[in-house]
Amino acid sequence: MKTSDLFEETYSALMANKSRSFLTILGIVIGIGSVIAMISIGQGAKGTIESSIESLGSNLIMITPGFQRGAGFQVSSGRGSAQTLTSEDADAIGQEIGSIKAVAPEFDGRYQVTTKGTNTNTQIIGATAVYADVRNIEIDQGAFVSDQNVQNSSKVAVLGPTTRDDLFGESSNPIGQTVRIKGMEFKVIGILKAKGGTGFGSQDDRIFIPLSTAQRFLAGNERVSTINVQAIDQNSMAMVQEQISSLLLNRHKISDPQLADFSIMNQADIISSASSITNTLSILLGSIAGISLVVGGIGIMNMMLTTVTERTREVGLRKAIGAKKKDISTQFLTEAVMLTFIGGVIGVFVGWLFSLAISKFGGINTSISLFSVILGFGVSAIIGIVFGYYPARRAAKLNPIEALRYE
Amino acid sequence: MIECKNITKTYKSETVETNALKNVSFTIKDGEFVAIMGPSGSGKSTLMHILGALDTPTSGEYFFDGKNVSELSEDELADVRRDKIGFVFQSFNLLPRATVLRNVMLPLVYSDISKNERENFAKTVLINVGLNEARFYHLSNQLSGGEMQRVAIARALVNNPSLILADEPTGNLDTKTGEIVLNTFEILNKEKHHTVILITHEREVAEHADRIIRLRDGEIVEDIINGKNKH
Repeated sequence: MKTSDLFEETYSALMANKSRSFLTILGIVIGIGSVIAMISIGQGAKGTIESSIESLGSNLIMITPGFQRGAGFQVSSGRGSAQTLTSEDADAIGQEIGSIKAVAPEFDGRYQVTTKGTNTNTQIIGATAVYADVRNIEIDQGAFVSDQNVQNSSKVAVLGPTTRDDLFGESSNPIGQTVRIKGMEFKVIGILKAKGGTGFGSQDDRIFIPLSTAQRFLAGNERVSTINVQAIDQNSMAMVQEQISSLLLNRHKISDPQLADFSIMNQADIISSASSITNTLSILLGSIAGISLVVGGIGIMNMMLTTVTERTREVGLRKAIGAKKKDISTQFLTEAVMLTFIGGVIGVFVGWLFSLAISKFGGINTSISLFSVILGFGVSAIIGIVFGYYPARRAAKLNPIEALRYE
Repeated sequence: MIECKNITKTYKSETVETNALKNVSFTIKDGEFVAIMGPSGSGKSTLMHILGALDTPTSGEYFFDGKNVSELSEDELADVRRDKIGFVFQSFNLLPRATVLRNVMLPLVYSDISKNERENFAKTVLINVGLNEARFYHLSNQLSGGEMQRVAIARALVNNPSLILADEPTGNLDTKTGEIVLNTFEILNKEKHHTVILITHEREVAEHADRIIRLRDGEIVEDIINGKNKH
């Protein structure tokens, strides 16, 4: 049997029962479409998270208090111990460890911020001048916190664009005006450039004030909540991390590294843990969608079994005029694969449209990879073979004499 | 040339053994027009299945054009059917949603023949069986019974078989159209020299053949040259 004949037979068989073929294909379209859309959401989330982590700054090492590092996850040792880092620790790191470009300790907390008539609750970060470099902070208008500000514990504030919008109205220029944080007046000296991070913690909704000011007026002590360290290059990261760890253990008089009252993370760690979360998310979404694909496949098998029964006499006739088992099974298998393949093509397209719609109207980034498209086609063809095999074999095994007598 | 030697076919159910054919032996030469006649249960359908290479005998030998068909595998039997045998059934067995032409070309799909040739062959045989050319592109379920059976005969002829096996070809037709169909067989036999075997339970139908083999209870009870033939 020639391939062109096979396709002609398949075409006319599928067209013979248009509505049934359509509904069966629809099952596969929904299955493949949702797999493609779900994977694209997962991949998109992964991309978003990775790029927002990368935008934190390059060669960044972050030291946070009060966490003990465990295998693969972190356990908080409790609130009381969560204030174990001080400005002196930061100074010591800066003085005693080489291969460091900058050390930027910070103190942060959420406070109520008010202006005339408006108020908001936002993240207040006490920072030093180098912080802007270390964490890739860019200034849109005015200036960032300066060393001078930190020395004098000046009451000055740099607003994130979202915070500015909340307090003073969109795109206004509030430089020179005052905001009240925890009841104290701060003079606005700068506005940050928008980073555009959405969803997982906006980097645009925050206020920077000098670290010393934050410690004195907001915290009332010398604690810092994070020490950001920028290594000179990628290669020295591990070494710097090691040295910081032993320095701080020494300073905190802890002999067992397992009991460290601080944790050190670098970007690679954060990215890999975030990636593992988004990968899990992708797999979860994909497998939920996969269930609908299996249901679609069962639909194929159902249709093919019905078709074989209906066309028993045709099978008998074909065998009588010289069709071999292989010819019959190939014919029915091709019908099944054709159904799933058409479903796969439309499904990939529908999934693509769906993910475009999600990113346009749902505000979630999605990305369609070649991999997921190939996966879609491949899976649909395999579904056709798997679920078409049994009906095709059943047709091929029919006895021609009995099949011709079938009523 | 067909040669049956001591053909026996036994059907076994769990408790009973039925002999559908018992030691049947006969020879049919090329170009003969033979009717196999008998009441239902006489074994004529079983014999047709064996002659048509749809089934193999339990014992005995069946030589078709010098080949021992009784020993062939399922796929080899399919080849014999494809190359040497044309079937005509009582209930036509046309593909309902396909055109007349496609129905006739169907057997050629399983052999290695180009599309153009197929169409030519199909048209030739359709003209030979006397079907109006205007009908070639009609769907087969739009035809009358007599037309359907002539399309089925054309389908049986299209692979140029050495043997045409017709199983009660007039069973679903009225007398008049039945007569036309039988005349078609006669013409094919007399003018195109096809070997035709007609399976029937009706004497009037069998009378069209040159030779009548009568079966009863799985045995040949009579094998006569039909003297009353109109030609």
